[in-house]
Amino acid sequence: MLSVDEMGHILEKPKMSSMRDAYGETLARLGEEIKELVVVGADTTGSIKTSIFGEKFPERFFNVGIAEQNLVSVAAGLAMAGKVAFASTYAVFAPGKCVDQMRNAIAYPEVNMKLVASHAGISVGPDGASHQELEDLATMRAIPNMKVVVPSDPTSTARLVEILARTRGPFYMRIARPNCPIIYTPEQATKNINLGKVTVLREGSDASILACGLLVYEALLAAKKLASEDSLSVAVYDMHTIKPLDADAVVKTAKATGAVVTAEEHNIMGGLGGAVAEVLSERYPVMMRRVGTMDTFGESGEQAELMVKYGLTANNIANRVLELRGANQR
Amino acid sequence: MIQSKKSIDELKEISKNTRRLILETLAEAKSGHPGGSLSAVELLVALYYVVMRHDPKNPQWLGRDRFILSKGHAAPLLYSVLAQQGYFPIDQLKTLRKINSMLQGHPDTKKTPGVEMCAGSEGVGLSVAIGEALAGKMDKKDYRLYVMMGDGEMEEGQIWEAAMCASKYRLDNITAIVDRNGIQQDGLTEQIMPIEPLSAKWKAFNWNVIEVDGYDFEQILRAFEKAKQIRNKPTVIIAHTTKGKGVEFMEWSPEYHGKVPDKKTVESIVKQLK
Repeated sequence: MLSVDEMGHILEKPKMSSMRDAYGETLARLGEEIKELVVVGADTTGSIKTSIFGEKFPERFFNVGIAEQNLVSVAAGLAMAGKVAFASTYAVFAPGKCVDQMRNAIAYPEVNMKLVASHAGISVGPDGASHQELEDLATMRAIPNMKVVVPSDPTSTARLVEILARTRGPFYMRIARPNCPIIYTPEQATKNINLGKVTVLREGSDASILACGLLVYEALLAAKKLASEDSLSVAVYDMHTIKPLDADAVVKTAKATGAVVTAEEHNIMGGLGGAVAEVLSERYPVMMRRVGTMDTFGESGEQAELMVKYGLTANNIANRVLELRGANQR
Repeated sequence: MIQSKKSIDELKEISKNTRRLILETLAEAKSGHPGGSLSAVELLVALYYVVMRHDPKNPQWLGRDRFILSKGHAAPLLYSVLAQQGYFPIDQLKTLRKINSMLQGHPDTKKTPGVEMCAGSEGVGLSVAIGEALAGKMDKKDYRLYVMMGDGEMEEGQIWEAAMCASKYRLDNITAIVDRNGIQQDGLTEQIMPIEPLSAKWKAFNWNVIEVDGYDFEQILRAFEKAKQIRNKPTVIIAHTTKGKGVEFMEWSPEYHGKVPDKKTVESIVKQLK
């Protein structure tokens, strides 16, 4: 676990950076060490920063144009011929337009291909609902053999990209568009971010917040608020691995606190909240609240406005924790 | 391993035997797709017995040519050829589509030696071949990719995404084959969704196009040889075929895209195969 002291500074005045930059830079760095690493893009390579890899390794970089089904299938072919293949575009388009290919051509034969989708969630902002992917975790999680990860900041993005590159098999990773607070130092990420294991950011005895992506930072703010205003001791876990879910850790914290709130930039159906509910309902039923978009599409607006309007904030998470504690006491 | 060259008469005999195996296998399975398996027999026999460099004893050999059956429903054809080549015992064919079988209803790379792709969802195989062809070029390997597609499959949008992509990257190590048997599940392709002028479409996408009679071994073998010589362009061979070829009542019948005759009927058909 990272100590609260260790984490404290980031809540005051966090440094900001983007997951996309971390993704592109990490690919370019790994390209030196992993000669089999190849990257495929679909006309969004500048925006997703895979172009950084492309400039360094043009012979291992392919742009298939606006053609997402071809994007992931070409990457599958590269992987079948021995490459470590990364494919990337915006999440609404992939996996949005190529669930079949992800299922039949990639997950079923367990091809060593990684789809890293950017601009997921409503934080993409003014582009509006057509560009705000809120279903990808549900679709990808339901496919056998597919592992699903969601980094919470640029440093954990870098760490998880390296894990993906060095772990055989199909992966789906989603990242967000905007600059976001840096939660981890590289050393903390290397030590504390491990595939299939939760990263404990705070332990607690009164409630547990299990969050992924941009909502991890909001969860930390919520826990801090609850500690100072309500004297509650609230655990915060970074659930970067949605699948395979660290079920034992989820059960353990549910037993310790009896109140679990999940938080994600995704529909409340089928994503992290769904995954946690599946585990707890079978192994240790406790009352839960799921923070996410409430089975609705987003809309245009600035990121901050949208996060408030759709309840993806520290305040909403804290209110759900209080509501849950109230319900448990009745 | 380079296959020893077979005479045309030998190839015809192998084709006849392949048709018999397909029909017997399907009758035993009681379901599957005879029409599109029977239509492409000679093309697959030509590939596996003459054209391709492959080794049934070492299916994962890195230098092998790769055959991708994008029209995965023709699995009985692929399995019949692979079994005769020795990728697995011929008696496995009678387990097709049955529980715990190594032979799934549609090809499965993990279960069946020699199967290069989990196909079954139409339109994907050409893109996968592009990935392998790019890797081959990158690694300076001279293996070739062969991709068989159905003509109904031409209706999938992804085919044309891939068609553009293969010519962008000048993938002369890809030979695609269209089994132009004119029939899809619901009827004639030209009634369901016209795909003509097919040759002009591929030419417009900057492919080298060769049309052949899908039952004339001399034409088929010449086309594959020509495709190997072409530089900087992928080749598509449009093979004019007949759905259900070899069984009179199945020929040109959409019904037999996905309907299997019973064992007794198959016994009498097999006797009449030419």
